[in-house]
Amino acid sequence: MLEIINLKASINKRDILNGLNLKINPGEVHAIMGPNGSGKSTLANILSGKNGYKITGDLKYKGENLKDIPVEQRAQKGIFLAFQYPLEIPGVNTNNFLKTSLNTIRKAKGEKEIDTLAFLKLVKEKAKELGIDEKILSRQLNVGFSGGEKKKNEILQMKILDPNLVILDETDSGLDIDALKTIADGVNSSRSKDKSFLVITHYQRLLDYIKPDFVHVLSSGKIIKSGSRELALELEKKGYKKIN
Amino acid sequence: MKNSNINTNQEYKYGFTTDIENVRAPKGLNENSIKFISKMKKEPKWMLDWRLKAFNRLKNLKEPNWQKPKYPKINYQDLYYYSAPKSASNKPKSLDEVDPKLIETYKKLGIPLQEQKRLSGVAVDAVFDSVSVATTYKEELTKKGIIFCSISEAIREHPELVKKYLGSVIPLTDHYFATLNSAVFTDGSFVYIPPKVKCPMELSTYFRINASETGQFERTLIIADKGSYVSYLEGCTAPMRDENQLHAANVELVALDDAEIKYSTVQNWYPGDKDGIGGIYNFVTKRGACRGRNSKISWTQVETGSAITWKYPSCILQGDNSVGEFYSIAITNNHQKADTGTKMIHLGKNTKSKIISKGISAGQADNTYRGLVDIGKKALNSRNYTQCDSLLMGNKCGAHTVPYIKNKNSTSTVEHEATTSKINDEQLYYCNQRGLNQEEAVSLIVNGFCKEVLQQLPMEFAVEAQKLVGISLEGSVG
Repeated sequence: MLEIINLKASINKRDILNGLNLKINPGEVHAIMGPNGSGKSTLANILSGKNGYKITGDLKYKGENLKDIPVEQRAQKGIFLAFQYPLEIPGVNTNNFLKTSLNTIRKAKGEKEIDTLAFLKLVKEKAKELGIDEKILSRQLNVGFSGGEKKKNEILQMKILDPNLVILDETDSGLDIDALKTIADGVNSSRSKDKSFLVITHYQRLLDYIKPDFVHVLSSGKIIKSGSRELALELEKKGYKKIN
Repeated sequence: MKNSNINTNQEYKYGFTTDIENVRAPKGLNENSIKFISKMKKEPKWMLDWRLKAFNRLKNLKEPNWQKPKYPKINYQDLYYYSAPKSASNKPKSLDEVDPKLIETYKKLGIPLQEQKRLSGVAVDAVFDSVSVATTYKEELTKKGIIFCSISEAIREHPELVKKYLGSVIPLTDHYFATLNSAVFTDGSFVYIPPKVKCPMELSTYFRINASETGQFERTLIIADKGSYVSYLEGCTAPMRDENQLHAANVELVALDDAEIKYSTVQNWYPGDKDGIGGIYNFVTKRGACRGRNSKISWTQVETGSAITWKYPSCILQGDNSVGEFYSIAITNNHQKADTGTKMIHLGKNTKSKIISKGISAGQADNTYRGLVDIGKKALNSRNYTQCDSLLMGNKCGAHTVPYIKNKNSTSTVEHEATTSKINDEQLYYCNQRGLNQEEAVSLIVNGFCKEVLQQLPMEFAVEAQKLVGISLEGSVG
């Protein structure tokens, strides 16, 4: 699904990633853990195609080189990033945004656009599955949403857009335990053999709910250790410093 | 017909010209050209006298120059003040007699004039250069006693109404451009809604400047008699030319007791090219009088075109409990400039006004909101709410807000809120990550920003206006 080979990235001449390698097969869930400033969010941004980074190395998604493919086309090809801080867009209705997004992606895939009735049915069903209050769907996108509502809204979007590679950028930060469960349920119910997840987090707590196949420790822009879920538990006990 | 200086720029979709034979007044602003216009229109003597009075007054007036956008001096002697398609010099009696080329032009503009193809429920009056070429749905309106025709026709057929109301909101002596219009206005629309009649459809006028070196001076007069209601929409386009063309219209609205007028404008005159060459000078005077008790006038404008837009659609709230509203979107891109806003003059008791203004600036454009809220001594318990939001795109454009607020009694309240924001790269990135490209993302964000105003537009036009908002900003983000 995704192959990262010797990825180096800098922004404003500051090196952030220093030769990162990672391979994610279809159906796998990988977790990346690391302290502040280790390059976790940068990795998420680079995978989604955000501008502003100087990059060397290879990024392959479904065998295709991602270099030179702009953000929106990566999204259309099935890469989804759940934002750490989802943006507020005043005046734009959440439902309309989601429908526009879904139809743009469907069109890019050569599929027929979904009509309003079918869309509302779909969104209602998914919101119910996730235990999300439907009311937020008729509000302006993320405007006045609580931290939990914003994150749940990201997971709802993931459900509806049905991507192949999902990157969760510290989706668990600032969440209470109920919201965390909602989000984990959303992810777990989406797991399938043709979908892969990259879960970026500070804390092992999230991994109690989303059980990863692999855990990687990111430090100073490199993966310094990889292992199974037990590595996360070890990290929690010892802290990042001792892992080195 | 001079065609050589038409721009070949393809970005302005209405930039074509129609090659049609014209009848023109002699060039220049003088008594003879005014007499020529009056004669062509077969006007009665009182109308010509009125025009000449305005012309005499004009000699003592100077162009105002307090506005933000400056422009090179206009040579008023170098303009044609009347230009009409030859075939329309005897106005066609029915649509079958309208020159097919004109019908074709309006078709290209998306304004079908033929009965069977018309937008459902919208009556259209089409003004081509200086004359009105067709009014649709006339019969159905006549049954209700509604008069919807060109102002030229109204002057001949309904002199008592025209005499009573023309110039009653914008006096002959008002200011340079308004007075100029009074002297040389050529055509425009006239609407009269009788007491207690709710106009069953949207009334719409479509203005088109075609000929070169021609000013367009249209005059619109709308009267809503006691207890009546009307919703009126105007749209405008012009060919792309290197020269600047002057458009100085006057629009007067009168609402009597319990009457309501909703006036919407989608202005898309040619804005000039990317380097600011050519485009329309849109210097327009629009004013409504809420003359009766409980009357209401609501202006909605979507201003996306013109090299310079300079207008303040205003409400004079004379009647007790009357309401004035102004909803505005002004988009300026490239080298466009806008200085627009409103005046809310509160004279009656318990009068209310609401101003929602959304200014969007991109490229090297400059956008000014200028507004006056004036609450008189006797306008007890009056209220105003103003909200002015500016959105900037890029770092070479400007946004300015110049509110004038006068409250002359202690029982009234005035509220003013203003914000300035920049389109945020993170918002764009977020939209991109959901599959939208840059232009789609900008259009989405800007439409969200303008939503409160867009939703004031009649349904049939809201969709068009939304698209226009997106198109006007195309290419403005890297």
